[in-house]
Amino acid sequence: MAHAYTPGLKVLHQSDVSKNRRLPIKGEVVKNIGDNVTPEMVVAKTDLPGNVQMVKVSNLLNIGPSDIKDAMIVATGDHVEKDQVIAEMAGLFGLFKSEVKSPIDATIESISDVTGQVVLREKPIPVEVDAYMSGVVKDIIPEEGVIVETSAAFIQGIFGIGGESRGKIVIVTDNRDDEITPNHILEEHAGKIIVGGSFISLEAFRKAISLKVVGVVVGGFNYFDLESILGYTLGVAITGSEELGTSLVVTEGYGKIHMSDRTFSLLKEHENHFASINGATQIRAGVIRPEIVIPLSKDQLTQIEDKKVQEVGIGMGSFVRIIRAPYFGKIGKVKSLPSELNKMESETMVRVAEVDVNGEILLVPRSNLEMLETN
Amino acid sequence: MELKSILATDCGSTTTKAILIEKIDGEYRLKYRGEAPTTVEAPFEDVTKGVLNAVMEIEELAGRKLLDGDNIISPQKDDSGVDIYISTSSAGGGLQMMVAGVVKSMTGESAERAALGAGSIVMDVIASNDGRLPHEKIKRIRQLRPDMILLSGGIDGGTVSHVVELAEILSAANPKPRLGQNYKLPVIYAGNKKAQDQIRNTLGELTDLDIVDNIRPVLERENLGPSRDKVHDLFMEHVMAQAPGYKKLMSWTDAPIMPTPGAVGFLIEMIAKEENISVVGVDIGGATTDIFSVFSEKFNRTVSANLGMSYSVCNVLAEAGLDNVLRWVPLDIDRKELTNRIGNKMIRPTTVPQSLEELIIEQAIAREALRLSFKQHKEFAVELKGVQTERTISDAFEQSGSGKSLVNMMDLDLLVGSGGVLSHAPRRSQSARMLVDAFQPEGITQLAVDSIFMMPQLGVLANIDKKELSDEARKAALEVFHKDCLIRLGTCIAPVGKSKPDALVLTAHLVFPDKSSRIVELHDGELIKIDAPYEPIQITLTPAKKMDVGSGMGESIETEIFGGVTGLIFDGRGRPLEVPIEKEKRLSLLEKWSKAVNEYPIK
Repeated sequence: MAHAYTPGLKVLHQSDVSKNRRLPIKGEVVKNIGDNVTPEMVVAKTDLPGNVQMVKVSNLLNIGPSDIKDAMIVATGDHVEKDQVIAEMAGLFGLFKSEVKSPIDATIESISDVTGQVVLREKPIPVEVDAYMSGVVKDIIPEEGVIVETSAAFIQGIFGIGGESRGKIVIVTDNRDDEITPNHILEEHAGKIIVGGSFISLEAFRKAISLKVVGVVVGGFNYFDLESILGYTLGVAITGSEELGTSLVVTEGYGKIHMSDRTFSLLKEHENHFASINGATQIRAGVIRPEIVIPLSKDQLTQIEDKKVQEVGIGMGSFVRIIRAPYFGKIGKVKSLPSELNKMESETMVRVAEVDVNGEILLVPRSNLEMLETN
Repeated sequence: MELKSILATDCGSTTTKAILIEKIDGEYRLKYRGEAPTTVEAPFEDVTKGVLNAVMEIEELAGRKLLDGDNIISPQKDDSGVDIYISTSSAGGGLQMMVAGVVKSMTGESAERAALGAGSIVMDVIASNDGRLPHEKIKRIRQLRPDMILLSGGIDGGTVSHVVELAEILSAANPKPRLGQNYKLPVIYAGNKKAQDQIRNTLGELTDLDIVDNIRPVLERENLGPSRDKVHDLFMEHVMAQAPGYKKLMSWTDAPIMPTPGAVGFLIEMIAKEENISVVGVDIGGATTDIFSVFSEKFNRTVSANLGMSYSVCNVLAEAGLDNVLRWVPLDIDRKELTNRIGNKMIRPTTVPQSLEELIIEQAIAREALRLSFKQHKEFAVELKGVQTERTISDAFEQSGSGKSLVNMMDLDLLVGSGGVLSHAPRRSQSARMLVDAFQPEGITQLAVDSIFMMPQLGVLANIDKKELSDEARKAALEVFHKDCLIRLGTCIAPVGKSKPDALVLTAHLVFPDKSSRIVELHDGELIKIDAPYEPIQITLTPAKKMDVGSGMGESIETEIFGGVTGLIFDGRGRPLEVPIEKEKRLSLLEKWSKAVNEYPIK
C-alpha cells in the first residue's frame, strides 16, 4: 500500500508515555528503579559550578604577571570572603602598601603568571530536576537522571509557549468551536489548566496570566499577538524558557481554528483530572511539540491492547488534517494516494492524496497533510 | 581507477537525498535520484535507515540491485552495486562552533572565516575587545554548548598574554559539548606559536586540545587551511561519532563525511578557479541561508542562521518587516491574515504552496531572505583588516580603508541559486526574478540554479583524498556539475547609473548563432525578457551617457553572452532597485514586471 511520510500529532486515549528527566551536567540520581513518583518529586540533583570573576591582580598592583605569585597571600583552592585581601605589594621602604581585595565570596580557582589574572569562583548553584508527571521510575541514567513512565492520555499541540506545569483540567467553553473570552476565565481557575475551543484573544490570555491559571489549551492564537506576550517577535519556533506562569498549548495553528473533535472530546473526558502540561516547542531538527499528559489511574486503564503506532505514515483510510491553504484546518479520510505527480493551481508538481472531507473529494499535496494518530 | 558508478548521499536535517552517477559512453552523468526523510531523530535514531530508504528509491527507479540487506554493495559487480559511496551531512543541526580571537576584527574574523569555510554555524565570536566583561563572556560560553571551539589570537612571535587570557576564560567557563556528556569538548588552537605551551597548560587537561598552525601568522596573511582541515577531521571523529547511526555510516563511505556547506563551498571554489570567474552561490534552506562567493580569487562563506523558508520564515518577516515582504506581492492581502499564514508555515515547515497566492507570498519572502543574507555576506566578505597599505597621493582622495567589501556586483560573472524555493519553483522565470530582485546584479551576469541540489554530493566527490580515486572522482564531479547539476537560466543585463524616468538607458544589438539579429532598447524602470536558449550570442551593449554596463559611463561593450531556459533579462529598474510605496502604483508596476518575464499564470 502506498504511504506518505508525514509526521502527525498524537492524540491518544491511552499510551505509555516515558520522559527522560536529565540534569544539564552530571550529578546525583535520588530515585531508584520502580519508585512511584509524583510531578513535584525531585529525581536528580547536582551543583552547577558557580559564576566566575576574574581579577587582574598584576595590573592592579602595577607589577609584571610573572611577579604575581610573590604578591598573592592566598593560594589556589583557598576560600576567600568579600573584601578579604588576596594580594599585596609593599611599596618603597615598606610604605605605600598596595593591596587587592576579593570582590566576592569565592574560591580561588587559578592564579596565572602569564596574564597576571586570578580566577575567583562563587559557590556552586544547586540544580534539581523533578519528575514532571506521576508515574514509575522505569530506568536510571547513571549520574544524569531517570526515565519516568506512566500510562496516560497524551495530546500533542502544534505550538506552545511557557515551560512545564501541572494542574486539574477545566473545560471553559461549551464546544470546540467557541472562543475563550475574558468572561470564561474566573478566579477559581487559579492553578488549573483551562481548555477552550477555537481561539483565545490576547486580552483573555492576559487575564489567564493575571489570575495564575497554569495552562491554556486552545485551537488557535494570533501570531502577531505573541509579540505582546513575549516582548519580542518570535522569529524561530524555539520556546519553553519563557517565565509567564501560564503555559499555552495551541493545538491547531495560528488564527481562529476549531479544536479538532478528537482533541476536545478527549480533554472533556478528562475534565477535573490532574495533568502535566509543557508549552516547550522546538520546530527544528530534534522537533519538540507542546504536550498535555493525563496519567490514568488503574481503574481508568482499558483492557484494549495498546495499538502500536505505525511510523510508516499516511495510508489509505488514514484520518488526516489539511494544514495549508486553501483547505487549511479541514479534516478528512484519505481515499487514495495516486503515484503520479499532479499539477496544483500554483503549477507545483507534487504527489497528492485524494481526501474525503464530508463527502467532498479534495486533491491535496501529501506534504500538506498531517496524520491524526488516534487510538 | 576507473569508476563505473558513484552513489552519493546528503543527510539533511529533514531529508536524505541520494544520487546515482554512472559512466555511460565515456562520460559521467546523473542517472537517478531518490529521497527519504532523515532518521536521526526518535523513533529511529539511526541515520543509516534514511540513507537506505533513499537508496532503495534509486534501486526501484534504476531497476538494479544496490543493497544487500542493510549493506551497500561495493564495488560494482555486473549490474549490482556501486564503485564508491560518499556522503555529506547537516543533520542534527549541522556543525555548531564558537570561535575566539584577540582582536574581533582581525584574528576573531579570521577564525570565523575558517569555521564558516569548513561548513559550520558560528554561534558566537569571543574576543578580548568585544566589549564584554570576562564574567559576561564566561556566562555566554557556558550557555552555548558548541560542538567545538576554534581559538586563535596573536601573530607568530607577538604578545602571548592576550591569547592565554582567552584560554583562561575558556577554562573558567569549562564549556560542555552539545552532544553527549561523556567526552571532552574539542578545542583547536590556531594562534601565536609562542603561546602553544601556555595554552597546553591551561586547556590541555580540561578539553580535547589540538594545535595547528597560526590562522594569522603575520597581519598581512591569513592561513585558514590547517584550521579548516582540522575542523573537518574533528567533525568526523567527535561530533558525527556522537550522532545516532553515524559510526555505521562512516564505515560505509569511501571518503570522510563532510559537513554539507563545506562540500558546497569546496565545489564553488573549484569552479571559480577552473574557469577563472567570480561566482556567488546561494543555498536557501528551511532554517538557514548559506552564501558562498569567490571574488578576486578569495573565497568566503556566510551562513545566516535564522533566515530560511520554513523553520525561520517568521524571522525573515521579523527582520525584513512586513512592508518589505509585501512590496513584492502583486496582490492586495490582509496584513493580519498574512502574518498568521506565515506563522503557520513556520510551525508546519514541510508544507508546499498549493494555491497561486501562497506561492507568490512564499517567493516574496524568499526575495527578502536572500536580500538580507546577501547584505550580511557583503559585510563579512571583506579584505583583511588591520593591514597597513602603502598609499599614493591619488589613494589619499579615496576614503576606503582596510576592510573594503570584496563583493563587487559589476565584476560578478555567475550567480547560482539552490534550495527548494529556487530549485523547485514551478517556472524557471520565477527563480530568475527572485535572484535578480534579491541580489541586484549589475552589468552582465549569468544566472543558474542547481537543478536538484546536488552540489553537496558533487563537492564531497571532488574532494576525495584517496590517491587512486581522486582524479577520476574530480572529473566525474565536474562533468555532472556542468551537464546535469546546473540549469542555465540565462543572462541578466543591468545598466547602473543616473537616468530620468522612462528615458532610454541601454541599446543592445544581438547576433544569434543562426546569424539572425535583433535590437533591444531598454528604458528606465523597464524589464524585458528575450527568449534565447543556452547558446553563444554576440552582443554589443551601448549604455546611455550616464549609465554603466561594465566598461564605464556611456562606454560600449562587445562580448559573448549565453541564453538559457529563461533567456536574456534586460533590467532597466536601476540600482538599488526601488519599489514604489504607494499601493496602486506598486501593484501596477509589479504586474507589469511579472508579465514581462511570464512569471505567474495570472489570468
